[in-house]
Amino acid sequence: MEKRDFHIIAETGIHARPATLLVQAASKFGSDINLEYNGKSVNLKSIMGVMSLGVGQNADVTITADGDDEKDALDAIADTMKKEGLAE
Amino acid sequence: MTKTLKGIAASDGIAVAPAYLLVEPDLSFNKTSIDDVEAEVSRYEKAVADSTSEVENIRDIAKKSLGEEESQVFDAHLMILNDPEFTGAIGEQIKNSKINAEAALDETAKNFISIFEGMTDNPYMQERAADVRDVSKRIMAHLLGKKLPNPASIDHEVVVVAHDLTPSDTAQLNKKYVKGFVTDIGGRTAHSAIMARSLELPAVVGTDSVTKDVQDGQNMIVDGLDGDVIIEPSEDQVREYKEKGEAFLKQKAEWQKLKDEPSVTADGKKFIIAANIGTPNDMPGVHENGAEAIGLYRTEFLYMDSSDFPTEDAQFDAYKSVIEGMNGKQTIIRTMDIGGDKHLDYWDLPEEMNPFLGVRAIRLSLQNEEIFRTQLRALLRASAYGPLGIMFPMIGTLGELRKAKSILNDEKAKLIDKGVKVGDDLQVGMMIEVPAAAVLADQFAKEVDFFSIGTNDLIQYTLAADRGNDSLSYLYQPYNPSVLRLIKHTIDGAHENGIWVGMCGEAAGDSTMFPILLSMGLDEYSMSATSILRIRSLMKKLNTEDLKELANQACFVSETAEDNEKLVNDLIEKLTK
Repeated sequence: MEKRDFHIIAETGIHARPATLLVQAASKFGSDINLEYNGKSVNLKSIMGVMSLGVGQNADVTITADGDDEKDALDAIADTMKKEGLAE
Repeated sequence: MTKTLKGIAASDGIAVAPAYLLVEPDLSFNKTSIDDVEAEVSRYEKAVADSTSEVENIRDIAKKSLGEEESQVFDAHLMILNDPEFTGAIGEQIKNSKINAEAALDETAKNFISIFEGMTDNPYMQERAADVRDVSKRIMAHLLGKKLPNPASIDHEVVVVAHDLTPSDTAQLNKKYVKGFVTDIGGRTAHSAIMARSLELPAVVGTDSVTKDVQDGQNMIVDGLDGDVIIEPSEDQVREYKEKGEAFLKQKAEWQKLKDEPSVTADGKKFIIAANIGTPNDMPGVHENGAEAIGLYRTEFLYMDSSDFPTEDAQFDAYKSVIEGMNGKQTIIRTMDIGGDKHLDYWDLPEEMNPFLGVRAIRLSLQNEEIFRTQLRALLRASAYGPLGIMFPMIGTLGELRKAKSILNDEKAKLIDKGVKVGDDLQVGMMIEVPAAAVLADQFAKEVDFFSIGTNDLIQYTLAADRGNDSLSYLYQPYNPSVLRLIKHTIDGAHENGIWVGMCGEAAGDSTMFPILLSMGLDEYSMSATSILRIRSLMKKLNTEDLKELANQACFVSETAEDNEKLVNDLIEKLTK
């Protein structure tokens, strides 16, 4: 299992378009991918799950991936985070 | 069987097309426990699959007809439909709780909707609650074997019939095929009415019963000019209304050419045609109809549409946005006209025997100086952003005018002391609507920059007839020589003292009244924005030379309102032949 921490810098947090893009990025991989925030964990392939967490600016989140392509998945997600100005 | 309904004419024009009933089916269900879990899950999965292909289909049609942006909402729906946490969770719940799919769907959807709606600091997320609701409705309809209306997939000309139209309904309408709207509820300012006017579609609202009276696919006529709806019309009626619609469009196109033209008579005399507005939301209509000024901005809506007295800043923002929106053309803002028939929930005023003769408008302002001063400060600050006229309503005596002006000047001096900018071209004027003020117009004219005649009140006070009392409606006589003499006297008094005079009552946009006012030399005509081009077109046909005698005849020869109606109609017929 791979695990990576992110500090959210986007003013609006993980909402709307960025949330959609993260879900789309995660959905391309076979691994089980989860987003953990505030003691809760949701499936990162679920837009409803991600949005229901209400991740705001300055939140610290952890993303875990478990499966054959776990490393590639986290790289792709980190890439999306950076490109969309979501996290450092 | 032909059926005729009467409603409120909300948007001009005529439409003839089959009805499209935008009415939701009954989606109620009973919660039951189930034994065959596998069968229930597969029934649920089939409903999701059917919903998915339906939404894909709607999205493709919407993309073609409404464009990429409008179709994105359906991409969001598809994402929810295939969301493991949503539809996946419902399947799990059927298995674990052994309840029917309808109940599992309803519970899960409600759960997400309340999470999203709870994010009150985030309007985007609150809107997503609507998406979840839409998607759940669709799955539910498939589970129950019902059909949801799909306005986005309309592919032939229709008249949309609904109980009411919400913004999300109208966003999904394919406007290419929608020829008109008819609703059960709503008035001229309902969303459906405003939407219809901005799309320039004929609409009749507030019919009470249209959704029950018409069946999907029945032919119908919508007359947005007179507020009539005809279900299953005869061939003759269809022909007659199509002609009426064409004549209207022809006339409209003719008027539309005058949008950017000045308001001039046939002999080249120039006047101002202005618009009356109630809120900054009315500004698009002001521009679309080529208003040359705002002759009346009724500020009482700021007070009436709010749950407490609007703050100075809230008022300032509203006034500034209107003034700036006029791009250098003048805006006349009337201080609050509360009292009479206009009340505020949060302001408990004593009940009066005769509210229209009671503490209303400027009388109320002068008795509640702090509230008045707040409004004046907001107006004075806004005056820095363009030419503004501040107008006091219901002035009856010079004492009232002087008091109001001294409070205004006091606030102005205080603002200037504090270094706040106030417009150099600020004008101060008053309404002429109390007969006492009309009689002494020459004296008032020495102390203001302009007059604006308010006909509704001037008429009711001159004829001593409550304009809200239906059994006295015959006394609402704009053309009565007594009213016309007061108007003429006001205009003469203004001009002798070198000030301009306008009219901001509906009479200014009345085709019979207009030639008389023109003959009297009224300077500014302020009316509903939708009347402007009609009056500008009429003005172009009139020569002031031909109207020279009209004012005197109407005031001093005619004896009754009917005499004047005939006098003007005969003259117009002669002149425009």
